[in-house]
Amino acid sequence: MSLRQIAFYGKGGIGKSTTSQNTLAALVEMGQKILIVGCDPKADSTRLILGCKLQDTVLHLAAKAGSVEDLELEDVMKIGYKGIKCTESGGPEPGVGCAGRGVITAINFLEENGAYDDVDYVSYDVLGDVVCGGFAMPIRENKAQEIYIVMSGEMMALFAANNISKGILKYAGSGGVRLGGLVCNERQTDREVELAEALAKRLNTQLIHFVPRANIVQHAELRRQTVIEYAPDSAQAEEYRQLAQKIHANAGKGTIPTPITMEELEDMLIEFGIMKTDEQALAELAAKEASLCSSGAA
Amino acid sequence: MSLDYTNDTAAAEALIKEVLDAYPEKSGKRRAKHLSVAKATEEEGVTGCGVKSNIKSIPGVMTIRGCAYAGSKGVVWGPVKDMVHISHGPVGCGHYSWSQRRNYFNGTVGIDSFVTMQVTSDFQERDIVFGGDKNLDAMIDELDVMFPLNKGISIQSECPIGLIGDDIEAVAKKKHKETGKTIVPVRCEGFRGVSQSLGHHIANDAIRDWVFEKGVPEFETGPYDVNLIADYNIGGDAWPSRKLLEEMGLRVIGMWSGDATLAEMARAPKAKLNLIHCYRSMNYICRHMEEKYGISWVEYNFFGPTQIAASLRKIAAQFDETIQANAEKVIAKYEALVADVVAKYKPRLDGKTVMLYVGGLRPRHVTNAYEDLGMKVIGTGYEFGHNDDYQRTGHYVKEGTLIYDDVTGYELEKFIEKIRPDLVGSGIKEKYATQKMGVPFRQMHSWDYSGPYHGYDGFAIFARDMDMAINSPVWNKFKAPWKAA
Repeated sequence: MSLRQIAFYGKGGIGKSTTSQNTLAALVEMGQKILIVGCDPKADSTRLILGCKLQDTVLHLAAKAGSVEDLELEDVMKIGYKGIKCTESGGPEPGVGCAGRGVITAINFLEENGAYDDVDYVSYDVLGDVVCGGFAMPIRENKAQEIYIVMSGEMMALFAANNISKGILKYAGSGGVRLGGLVCNERQTDREVELAEALAKRLNTQLIHFVPRANIVQHAELRRQTVIEYAPDSAQAEEYRQLAQKIHANAGKGTIPTPITMEELEDMLIEFGIMKTDEQALAELAAKEASLCSSGAA
Repeated sequence: MSLDYTNDTAAAEALIKEVLDAYPEKSGKRRAKHLSVAKATEEEGVTGCGVKSNIKSIPGVMTIRGCAYAGSKGVVWGPVKDMVHISHGPVGCGHYSWSQRRNYFNGTVGIDSFVTMQVTSDFQERDIVFGGDKNLDAMIDELDVMFPLNKGISIQSECPIGLIGDDIEAVAKKKHKETGKTIVPVRCEGFRGVSQSLGHHIANDAIRDWVFEKGVPEFETGPYDVNLIADYNIGGDAWPSRKLLEEMGLRVIGMWSGDATLAEMARAPKAKLNLIHCYRSMNYICRHMEEKYGISWVEYNFFGPTQIAASLRKIAAQFDETIQANAEKVIAKYEALVADVVAKYKPRLDGKTVMLYVGGLRPRHVTNAYEDLGMKVIGTGYEFGHNDDYQRTGHYVKEGTLIYDDVTGYELEKFIEKIRPDLVGSGIKEKYATQKMGVPFRQMHSWDYSGPYHGYDGFAIFARDMDMAINSPVWNKFKAPWKAA
């Protein structure tokens, strides 16, 4: 099987790292050889697989040694759950330097030094917002073939999903990157599945899986484990296994997204009752004032 | 002034039209605003030279403009001799601008003077990703150990500094506290502005904020204290200028930034008058000193005897009768020298035509120096001039003179080819192309490794050099002997 490269994008705090690590843990159960490339200065994309936070990131070691040329692959690649290879780009502390350039440097180093040899999957886990060219690296230059956007029924998550689609569209022509699908991480908002499915349709993609909310994910995370490892027989583990199978079967089925305008997105949210129209908002305000006045009178 | 002539307006206008016709419509329309012919105005002796200026160049036209870093490090700060100037960023900007402006100075390189040294933080990938502040901090310490007689350090930002948001001001403050020395952070990232011009302004602001604002030192003042501002001492230009001022009884307490010390800059607000040569690059700090310290400023021009005499009188008029009498004595003293120079060179240069294309002040300032030798300026333009420069140009050039702003490679070549002047004065990029067309050329940025050209002493050298270029026997060999008629 040829190398498959996938990437997880999505709004900050949506659960990209958790979802991706659980899914990859399920994929490794299916006999796949996996490399994780964490593209976030926080370096928390491999914590659940390794059982600890990876300290030796590419960029911190490179800074210590002088430059990336002075590094060996073994220095930065650690083996985690069931042989999953883990690397983290790392990056500067918040507020200094250029983390985007760091991601580019780290990915180039890994590729040039053979980190991608002898694996079936490379998975990129990228920080919340594609703030600059550096964080778009995994979708550029024929890196990730499919992007999976982790989202929920919350407004900002939907905005982010649409924006990331714009990024994919930008590079779809030159690099061949495709949108693999939306992964909805349940937040128990109103009509969440329908909304996710509707957005998927508008973006010319699929809702590849709806991951229900379960506290067991939190329990596993506190133990620095994936659910697959912590509670392999749980219903939640089964959900991630399903997602893994769907992604595995999704090879080559990615699509070129059709991002929508801000107005279209807002209309959609109003339609689903997430955002209120001005009239609705005014009517509610009037009702509230009326009730306040009446209670004041009483 | 010294010569009464006009240039051929109709021919110049036809030429502009011909040149513009070659452009695609949109570019032609944009470039048309930068090309003009000096027109007669209601004011006697002043022509109208207004063109659009100081806006972005059209991509692909081979503009010769520089960048903000060039304006700050290369022009304003670089010549300050007892400071170390760090080219902060990757190595290229500092390395390939190394010692290009021939700013002469007295001092010992590496001991008390650092003008001709290339000092860079040599950014690596690591500095980009993690920020270069720590490196800069360590570098300033190392410079202080290596060059203990440095009076201060300036940090000249290259592009990446602005892109990654390094806080060089914080480093400057910290190192100033630790070392007590003046540390000047300059935000002159090359991508800022449309040319080197913004770099001059940013550098001027840095003088204000990081030199003046740190306190003006105690200094015993006199009634005739002046600053000689914006002479960069190219080929030693500032020295014959200073000599004239001192001969007329003025005391030059600061000469910037050619052969300048940091102390001269710091005490500048103590002067009675600012004398500014390159208006474009340092009018900002003169205006500031006028507003904050009440020091008025006078523009002067020390190219050629006509302008020198006029400038000496203009400067003297700001002082008492003693100085005014001295000015006349100075002018008289050099009359014989001027007469000798003119007698020797004017017969060889009389009636020759010149086209200029240079930087800050020279496109207008040298006009009368050529006219003193009987020559005519028939075209001129600025790389990075503003409106006020073109206004001032009207006081120099004659009606019918071709005016070109931020001229493109194609336009200049075409103008030279069609006009075939007897001399072109511009920069190294234009030199060889022009000479290959069989047209004599002098570099008017670097004085072609000659100089000085300022003052009476400089005029003699200027006259010799122009004669050397125009009347070189090499031009007789231009036609192949078998083709000679």
